[in-house]
Amino acid sequence: MELLVFGKTGWGDELFYATLMTIAVSITAMLVGFFFALIFTPLKLSKYKSLNLIGNFYTTVIRGVPELLVIYLFFFGGSGAIMYVASIFGYYEYIEINAFITGSIAIGIISGAYSTEVFRGAIQSIDKGQFEAAKVLGIGKFTQFYKIVLPQMLRLAIPNLSNVWQITLKDTSLISVTGLVEIMRQSYIAAGSTRDPLFFYSFAAVLYLLLTYLSMKLINRLEVKYSRGY
Amino acid sequence: MDLDLMITSFPKLLGATVITLKLLSASLIFGIFVGLFFAILRLNKNKLINRFAYGYSYVFRGTPLLVQIFIIYFGLGQIEYLRSTFLWVILKEPYWCAIIAFTLNTGAYTSEILRSAFQTIKPGIIEAGKSLGISNKIIFYKIQIPIAIRQSLPAYGNEIILMMKGTSLASTVTLMDLTGVAKYIISTTFKPIEVFIVAGGIYLFMTFLIHNLIKYLEKKYSFQ
Repeated sequence: MELLVFGKTGWGDELFYATLMTIAVSITAMLVGFFFALIFTPLKLSKYKSLNLIGNFYTTVIRGVPELLVIYLFFFGGSGAIMYVASIFGYYEYIEINAFITGSIAIGIISGAYSTEVFRGAIQSIDKGQFEAAKVLGIGKFTQFYKIVLPQMLRLAIPNLSNVWQITLKDTSLISVTGLVEIMRQSYIAAGSTRDPLFFYSFAAVLYLLLTYLSMKLINRLEVKYSRGY
Repeated sequence: MDLDLMITSFPKLLGATVITLKLLSASLIFGIFVGLFFAILRLNKNKLINRFAYGYSYVFRGTPLLVQIFIIYFGLGQIEYLRSTFLWVILKEPYWCAIIAFTLNTGAYTSEILRSAFQTIKPGIIEAGKSLGISNKIIFYKIQIPIAIRQSLPAYGNEIILMMKGTSLASTVTLMDLTGVAKYIISTTFKPIEVFIVAGGIYLFMTFLIHNLIKYLEKKYSFQ
């Protein structure tokens, strides 16, 4: 317990901030994932074969390749790609991107592939008659999406999205390989300097369990909110 | 695009795939037994046993696989007592530590898959067996288990693919599996995209094979 004291003698405050970092990366990655899902879900549902192909390529590749490999691609390739783009505009200095941004984008792209599948499934399970009814009533495509499709879709998507959230939260532990100080990295540092890996990694496991437990409680509330009327 | 690098790194990565497949098959085989064991515990009427099995699957599904590997590889070595037992022969090898972690992890998911499969078996089937005078043991082994296995095939196929991706974490405990070798080549050549395409292609090919194998099995053992 002495090891968990806040302040200079213990690792309490460090681990606390690391937990906040894990939460921050998870939320950012989830939002990045939604952004990707927003692009790729329509592609997957499109009636054009070529657009379908792009959408399927994204979800198949990302879900079939280990997360760690994707993270290495972004970690080693990220600054190279940015520097290449910058060199076109005549900027030749070394650019280093922040580990937080690299990590969030890498995990976000992974989480986006799962979110895309969830949204696709949810939209497909909405009754066709709903779209037809909207059309008959002369409702525009935009209103149709926001007022008719989205509310119904969310109710169906929330249970599956909570799975995606759990996956994303656990995947953030992999960003520790890039040096971003989240729970895993902080435990690694603490374990190295105190030579007590068993304690710190077990404590990290407890922190993750706490995060998954609390987020499940929160999501259950959302589920109730969006299921009213059913 | 550096085609030469892609061609020269392909055999190296293919060699590393053998380790990935070894890790995967070993942990899946052990994992099925662990999963079946805990699924049966979950169905037990004793609350304590039930809770224990639930706790196991909750903890292993609620924490990242990376933490589990680190606890087993770095953490257990710290216990003095373990170092003096024969277990140390196993626990000092990163290879076996990785397999233990993967086994426990996939075991937790497998137990959930099997449990839900057991619970969806129609009671009528078991009752029919009973009324025919078949003993409980034979009903379990010859009726419930085969049906549960068929029921859980699609979900288990997903679990195999997840586990295949999970084996990439073995590279964090110094094992040179497919991801480990890919990382090594990336960090020495600084050509991440080329290596990603080759290594990712191998992973995708394995995903493709597993996916089709499960589809074939589903068809072969379908009820129709």
